[in-house]
Amino acid sequence: MSVAIVGIGATEFSKDSGRSELKLAVEAVRAALADAGLAPSDVDGLVTFTMDTSTEIAVARELGVPELTYFGQVGYGGGAACGIVQQAVLAVDAGLADVVVCYRALNERSGRRFGQVSHALAGAPTSSGVDAGWHYPMGLATPAAMVAMVAQRYLHEYGGSTEDFGRVAVASRRHAATNPHAWFHKRPITLADHQASRWISEPLRLLDCCQESDGAVALVVTSLDRARDLRQPPAVVAATAQGSGPDQYVMTSYYRDDVAGLPEMGVVARQLWRRSGYAPDDVRVAVLYDHFTPYVLMQLEALGFCPRGEAGRFLADGAIEPGGRLVLNPHGGQLGEAYIHGVNGIAEAVRQVRGTAVNQVPDLGPVLVTAGTGVPTSALILCGV
Amino acid sequence: MTASFDAADILDEAKRIIAAGESPPRVARDAVNMPMVRNWLEAMGDDNPVYERDGLAPPAMTQVWTMRGLRPAPDPHDPLAAMSAVLDAAGFTSVVATNCEQTYHRYLREGERVAVRSKLVDITGPKRTALGEGWFFTTESTWYVGAEPVATMLFRILKYKPAPRAALRPVVSPDTEYFWAGTVKGELRIWRCEECGALRHPPGPSCPRCGAMRPGYVVAAGTGTVYSYVVHHHPPVPGHKAPFVVALVELREGVRVMGELLDCDPAEARIGAPVRVDFVRVDATLALPAWRLS
Repeated sequence: MSVAIVGIGATEFSKDSGRSELKLAVEAVRAALADAGLAPSDVDGLVTFTMDTSTEIAVARELGVPELTYFGQVGYGGGAACGIVQQAVLAVDAGLADVVVCYRALNERSGRRFGQVSHALAGAPTSSGVDAGWHYPMGLATPAAMVAMVAQRYLHEYGGSTEDFGRVAVASRRHAATNPHAWFHKRPITLADHQASRWISEPLRLLDCCQESDGAVALVVTSLDRARDLRQPPAVVAATAQGSGPDQYVMTSYYRDDVAGLPEMGVVARQLWRRSGYAPDDVRVAVLYDHFTPYVLMQLEALGFCPRGEAGRFLADGAIEPGGRLVLNPHGGQLGEAYIHGVNGIAEAVRQVRGTAVNQVPDLGPVLVTAGTGVPTSALILCGV
Repeated sequence: MTASFDAADILDEAKRIIAAGESPPRVARDAVNMPMVRNWLEAMGDDNPVYERDGLAPPAMTQVWTMRGLRPAPDPHDPLAAMSAVLDAAGFTSVVATNCEQTYHRYLREGERVAVRSKLVDITGPKRTALGEGWFFTTESTWYVGAEPVATMLFRILKYKPAPRAALRPVVSPDTEYFWAGTVKGELRIWRCEECGALRHPPGPSCPRCGAMRPGYVVAAGTGTVYSYVVHHHPPVPGHKAPFVVALVELREGVRVMGELLDCDPAEARIGAPVRVDFVRVDATLALPAWRLS
């Protein structure tokens, strides 16, 4: 059976939503259902992140969904972004549910800010808390610093400079500048702006780090058979995959042979290309998870768009910019649009497939979306019917 | 701050401000007026009819008449601002008010215009407090109508250097307690499988190589090279003073361990630099592994 994303919905993206994360979730889910032409009574499955603070049953109560036959949560922070769609696809494909809504709602700027030192994570009475004990007390205690440790090694092994990181931010902000829903609408940056921004954790600067956002996004997943009767052209899920790599940690996989790369994204890539039948050369639009710019370079390598250590050269000729050979994050990404833990990127991929994106890429073919990097992760490929 | 700006300098500055005595009168923007009195009574939930009936202002409102608005200009004669500036320059940058004691000599009447004069009356320090090392100082303000004092206020604040927050503590499990027991003794212990001899860090209950559940440890020589590092600037991390260097070190034995690279000029940090282990003692039960350039 083929499965498709048939509805997308979102709240505004802001720095202070002024309302609960549950309310944001419900608003986004209602918007996605309306987009699809479905009602809450059609929903029988809900999936979210383990990090979401609104449970599936809380959202179901507010929507007036009478019964759920499928519910689930995917772990590892932003690594869950495409994993939630995989859960929905599996549930629909297995006949466990007919209409599954995936959602992510967070007040990440006005509420809990992930970029600060988390005493809760550092003190968790779990295997993750024990893992944190090898890093947090020693001063490596924020996501930016944890990525910087890998980025420094990457520069050492492959050469290049922090300008390679900056080109990712410049391209994202250029796309965001023409997206009215982006926080950085009409506010592009130059490479000089990037180089002049303050150090956060060397070799990462402020403009290597994505923004902090409040907002929510929801996606409606159902069978392609049912999709044909709905309001929107379906975005068919050509493939999904999850992956974790050798000696995997959450953000701190520093103890394996391959530190200056993303082997877990390699695990995902092998599955995606095999299951979808596509190859990197078929892809003209990619939504790559961009919480920190260096990991975009390492994703290009792990996904096979260029050889190891070559991403800097791949970027240098404008390949990821508007009109480039691989248009990257045409909505502006999390650097430019909003940080909704990667789920806003899936909504953008749906708009690209529909042909309704603000920075629409013509004749685009399959659209690739990846989830959080440095963590056990996931990805998917969407295409038209 | 410069080393020369010590406690004696702070006391000298305080003596100068005390000797300057009472500041020149700062006159209220408006005379005592009933619209402002009504607003204040309403905000406070005070429904005593005596103020409206007799044209009086509540005594607790005295300070309101000489408030300087939302965007006050700096007042070079204000002893509180002058003393605060001295302590700011000496590194006592944080502030908390500790006491405010007001004495009212009489009610103010509609139409009267008050003026306030302030002086520094007392300073003590440096004192160790729960917030950090600091200085307490007290100003005395007097409100006048003409030459008649109508109210006085003793106002005491603590200006302090925020104490660095203690380092985060590791979550210790039965699988990892040997490591932390070692650092307290000045030993860097590496997990070793007692079955196949594999070395490993971070540790766990089982050997990923041979599957045995017989963990032991060896004490590392404590030397290695920097495998990667960061220079951390933002945001603040408890127990570390930014900018600081955190290094992932590959030990001579082959495993990697994380620690702060102590007393290292960020410009001197580099991958491949030889280091030796040191231990940062947090308290009697916790010491953190750290590095120094060899």
